[in-house]
Amino acid sequence: MRTWIESKALLLVLGMLIFLILIPHLFTFSSYLLHILIMTFYFSYLSSCWNLLGGIAGQHSMGHSAFVGLGAYSSTFFLLKVGLNPWIGMLLGGMVAALAGLFIGYLSFRYRLRGLYFLLVTIAFAEILYILFSNIRSLGGASGLVVPLKEEGLINFQFSSKVTYYYIILAMLTFVILFTYLISRKRLGYYLIAIRENEEAARAVGIRVIDYKLLVTTISAFLSALGGTFYAQYTYFIDPSTALGIGLSVEILIYPIVGGVGTVFGPAIGAFTLYPLAEFIRGILGAKTTGAHLMVYGVILIVIMIFAPGGITGLFNDMFLVKDRRQK
Amino acid sequence: MIFNFDLLFQAIIYGLIIGSIYALISSGLTFILGVLKIINLAHGEFLMLAMYFAYYLFAGFELDPFLSIFLITPLLFFFGAFIFYLFIKPILKSPVINQVLLTIGISIFLQNLALYLFTPDFRTLDLSYSQRTISMGKLPIGIPQFIAFTVSISITLSFYWFLKSTDLGRSIRAAAQNREAAILFGINVDRIYLISFSIGAACLGVAGPLLATFHYVTPTVGLDFLMTAFVVVILGGMGNFLGAFFGGLLIGLTESVGAIFIPGPGSLSPIVTFIFLIIILLFKPEGLFGRRLR
Repeated sequence: MRTWIESKALLLVLGMLIFLILIPHLFTFSSYLLHILIMTFYFSYLSSCWNLLGGIAGQHSMGHSAFVGLGAYSSTFFLLKVGLNPWIGMLLGGMVAALAGLFIGYLSFRYRLRGLYFLLVTIAFAEILYILFSNIRSLGGASGLVVPLKEEGLINFQFSSKVTYYYIILAMLTFVILFTYLISRKRLGYYLIAIRENEEAARAVGIRVIDYKLLVTTISAFLSALGGTFYAQYTYFIDPSTALGIGLSVEILIYPIVGGVGTVFGPAIGAFTLYPLAEFIRGILGAKTTGAHLMVYGVILIVIMIFAPGGITGLFNDMFLVKDRRQK
Repeated sequence: MIFNFDLLFQAIIYGLIIGSIYALISSGLTFILGVLKIINLAHGEFLMLAMYFAYYLFAGFELDPFLSIFLITPLLFFFGAFIFYLFIKPILKSPVINQVLLTIGISIFLQNLALYLFTPDFRTLDLSYSQRTISMGKLPIGIPQFIAFTVSISITLSFYWFLKSTDLGRSIRAAAQNREAAILFGINVDRIYLISFSIGAACLGVAGPLLATFHYVTPTVGLDFLMTAFVVVILGGMGNFLGAFFGGLLIGLTESVGAIFIPGPGSLSPIVTFIFLIIILLFKPEGLFGRRLR
């Protein structure tokens, strides 16, 4: 029974992937629509990275913008100063962010501090970077950095067509979702879930809690930073508020919770529901009145949290389980 | 560098003044955190609303902000009760991260409501005495700042007295310490939660008008103060009331004295606060002032 469901789900996912690969060839998108798709994938990717730490391991970070920003700034800074290839810069940024993750994780985890405490510490850490980067002139200060135009092509990570960016971010998203799926079915995933559900019990059965928490923080930070470099290369421009601000941290956190925390597809489902919806509302209300579309957005968040605490996947599970019970 | 003692004293005095406001704001935040175990990310927006109330009461009815405190504090208390009943109560048993997202939703809504109603313009109160000063030794202190300092210190201290020495205060501390035991002793915990959340909001009803006498108002003003309040709350020990009081003063001092030693534009000065925070986390992670509100 279970394998039947799983193979059916696998088919569905594969079909979905093929559909997403073919989309740019099936329809002709306006540049704006394609941009929305890319940004939706981008946020799905970041939220999935967050989900490794916040969802599976249950350590809620509200400072993931720090990792994204470190990735974006590392690659762009070295591209500007020494002409470092952005792909290498991407890996470098990942490593810088991983070190930062290790640092902040070590600070918090060694005294068994977690929950709201970890949340506050990560906010503070991201805010430090935000203030620092806004004030260091060689990093562009508050006005940010512009990615220099190079010859178009895969080597320089610059393309004139948005479709190429679409495929890159689709590949990155596929990778992180696959990674999440594999992790959650391996020993590492079970350890992390055990830590999330009851840290003392996990320690009691011999799981090296701190080591595993640090490991998943590092992975999550590394992957988030890759997203940051992608963003820099895609928009050709980064500044502290879009790459490091608390707004980004909050946005990264919203999608997994709305989609379903700790599930493989939850973050992507959340982003695919909310991001286009927000753009749509902005399209209707944004031109006429300032702030109106974000008011609606706030109301949507409140309503979901009160009436669907498990997020969208939770809602579906409830419906599915209720139906199952009736059949029996 | 020739050291200027006048400058240092001025920084200390200004630091204590802004620190007393930080203390009041953070007390509300840490109080809600200690009792309800909820971190209210809309705290900054509550403050912003209180500041706008003070602004419009002055602009519309020429009501002095130091008098409008008596109107705005109950208003914020009932606003807090309203928010609690409608939004916080249904999610008291939800996972932490859901509660966080709910208060983010409230914060986004309120901030943009303010943007819509009040426009993003920076507004300042034009009080007749806002430029007048009293002198303390050689140093001039602005009258609004001086009154704000006195009021916020006395409010925070009487709040502490209320928690320590009244029946209601004891019930609140009991509910914060052990919910089940408190219920067994006949304390109506739901009512305590309602009152606590409202009191936390009412703190901002005092802080908002005080702050509005010498600080601009804009729909996003809450975020900066929320960030500082986070630092104060961690510093003082999460949920620790006295910790928030001294932490607030300390952060005010660090910020303004630190600004003297940091060259260049003033925008880097908040970094001192956060570096201070990291040092605290490294060496005394439970906060400067011991354990939780117990």
